[in-house]
Amino acid sequence: MSRINSFAELEKLRQEIKGKRDSNKPCITLCSGTACHTSASESVNEALERELDRQGLKGEIGLRRTGCHGFCEKGPLVVIYPEETCYINVQPEDAAEIVQGVKEKKIIERLLYSDPVTGEKIVHESEIPFYKNQQRLVFGPNRWIDPESIEDYLYIGGYSALSKALSQMTPDQVLEEIKKANLRGRGGGGFPAGRKWEETKNAPGEPKYVIVNCDEGDPGAYMDRSLMEGNPHSVIEGLIIGAYAIGSHEGFVYVRQEYPLAVENLYIALEQAEEYGFLGENILGSGFNFRVKVHRGAGAFVSGESSALMTAIEGKAGEPRMKYIHMSQRGYKEKPSCLNNVETWATVPFIINKGSDWFNSIGTEGSKGTKIFSLVGKVNNTGLVEVPMGMTLRQIIYDIGGGIPKGRKFKGVQTGGPSGGIIPERYLDTPIDFDELTKIGSMMGSGGMIVMDEDTCMVDMARYFVDFCCEESCGKCIPCREGLRVLSGILTNICEGEGKEEELQTLERVAEVMKDASLCALGATAANPVLTTLRYFRDEYEAHIKDKRCPAKVCKNLIDYYIDPEKCEACMICLRNCPTGAIQGGKNLVHWIEQDKCIKCGICYQVCPERFSAVEKLSGGPVPAPVPGREVVRKKE
Amino acid sequence: MIGISGIVNKIVDKYQGDRDMLIQVLLDVQSGLGWLPKEVLTEVSKQLGTPLTCVYQVATYYKAFSLAPRGQHLVRICMGTACQVRGSPLIRDRVQQLLGIEPGETSPDMKFSFETVNCLGCCAKGPVIMVDDAYYGPLGVSDVDKVLEKYG
Repeated sequence: MSRINSFAELEKLRQEIKGKRDSNKPCITLCSGTACHTSASESVNEALERELDRQGLKGEIGLRRTGCHGFCEKGPLVVIYPEETCYINVQPEDAAEIVQGVKEKKIIERLLYSDPVTGEKIVHESEIPFYKNQQRLVFGPNRWIDPESIEDYLYIGGYSALSKALSQMTPDQVLEEIKKANLRGRGGGGFPAGRKWEETKNAPGEPKYVIVNCDEGDPGAYMDRSLMEGNPHSVIEGLIIGAYAIGSHEGFVYVRQEYPLAVENLYIALEQAEEYGFLGENILGSGFNFRVKVHRGAGAFVSGESSALMTAIEGKAGEPRMKYIHMSQRGYKEKPSCLNNVETWATVPFIINKGSDWFNSIGTEGSKGTKIFSLVGKVNNTGLVEVPMGMTLRQIIYDIGGGIPKGRKFKGVQTGGPSGGIIPERYLDTPIDFDELTKIGSMMGSGGMIVMDEDTCMVDMARYFVDFCCEESCGKCIPCREGLRVLSGILTNICEGEGKEEELQTLERVAEVMKDASLCALGATAANPVLTTLRYFRDEYEAHIKDKRCPAKVCKNLIDYYIDPEKCEACMICLRNCPTGAIQGGKNLVHWIEQDKCIKCGICYQVCPERFSAVEKLSGGPVPAPVPGREVVRKKE
Repeated sequence: MIGISGIVNKIVDKYQGDRDMLIQVLLDVQSGLGWLPKEVLTEVSKQLGTPLTCVYQVATYYKAFSLAPRGQHLVRICMGTACQVRGSPLIRDRVQQLLGIEPGETSPDMKFSFETVNCLGCCAKGPVIMVDDAYYGPLGVSDVDKVLEKYG
């Protein structure tokens, strides 16, 4: 492919690509995001290829491996176009039937999604409740395009925003449009992107840099990964537009090396963009030059913080710096640098193409547009969801997420990663946007949304987040380094049943100091999970301290496993599986646990057949004494 | 046969000897060797012209780098929040018990290295463990034996 030298040439190429493709030709698309990889998407692809070959249909039916579709719970997903027939949990052995079905235009009932309430089978992807209630904008193209094919991206209108910006707009007009769109950074803080761009543009000093932050470290969040894996060109296009507005000629993408597929697809996309003339000298004949370098992050949570990330790009240990001066004034190599998150950059082409008025028509007063959330944890439909700002937590968790599995009770939802907080049931009707979440003590963060049910211990969760930050703290400032250790010590004591009531005050006091005196946002927000759980779930802390009881039955030191003799059918399963031989009894003899030998690994609890459910967890009281040698009285069928 | 200096030289050349690329150089060297022996760090320091202390600072700061040899198989347990609420601590304890080593350690027979990681990004499939390049999930605590047996 020779470089595209003008806007007209780009449109000509796009028409050529469109002309080559028949939109009525059947095409099987297969989700190949990392989550589907875990569930055999690779072998499904091989099986489909083999089948197309075997049935001699390679020319008539297309096969495309796309990025993540979002409905990871039901992966691997297959969607057949043009009908948009959606098959879930597809296995390699289904390939023959699928190919045959496409050929004969028949729908395979058993692979369709069935509504858990009505039992009704749903044929089309967009009618499945999980998708129906979403507004997939930035994440939408993921399901149509092969991330390794720039032609796919061009086919759906890719790089038209860049072409528009370079041909019809001055850099100032581009900047003005982003400012008017009120686009706020999707990485956590929600700082207005337009303002950041403007500060960088106006800051003294050359060269200026633009940077993509794909160091998605928040545990439980994977939207940036899926965007980078599934549609890297949209991020690159946004970045080039930003560079043009700001007047930067060099950019960086900082991507976690723990995301191998994202790294790979990014490299491929950059190479293609260069080859086609979207990067390099004289882009599309506009006279604008821009290059991008990739930096793989080597694994440090704090390196996702803007100043730390820029230090990491310099090849040093990625520790945060004092930010008396914004990074947009003095960032990478002390030069003006504009850093935005993957999702923010990927939103830019939409704003340029459709205009700021259109963008402002979506969302709430203070937060415009859509946001991708990773809806995970104890929720029926786990996956990535994109919704307009202002949707309530209840709509997301129940209408899209399908509620809590196994009829358990909702307890809380954690947003904002380790810097966020846990939101209790009474705020389920809060509209989600940057400001509302902050008001209730949490934050938007990058968009992780981890649902918790009654089996989640809030003290244990607080300890989990504190330990996470403790391990990830770079140690440069004392409030964060020492504060986290104090918090961790107290929380561990409480979880182990050794907590004292007065320590709850210490938790709050230390948290306050950390908030005021830490060097960077990691330290300043690290106590949020502790503060929100103390605020909303104080009774659980008190149960641990006063009654030595863990209400959710999670904290190992405070629980005992017990086999209910009335329910035990002496099936021998737990007895055989117990790794320490702590379960006594035998054939026809009711099983019981020798508490001294029990290491509380939880295997007996898991393997006990559901129809018996004889193994229980007890907390806060003595374990009833066993009756060795007791025979099972089996109920007559 | 190419010695350590040759291996490092090839990688340093790929980045035109740019000192800012120290992390990238170390990542590449490690992906070939599996870990970062002292001689390698010295060689990188020499060839990039970066003081050895700086090389060590970077090599010890980031989680991806290992200054000790790793086992034949790398077992990584996701301890992300989504996996956490679905029971990953029990999985971790079970792996620890079966392998007889703590997170961050390598078994004496060099068969397994065992690490906990913050998030593998497959939250929908949690709890997830990863052995080498293969993902397993969702796992129950009693499924761990079967997974590890595969790598015997």
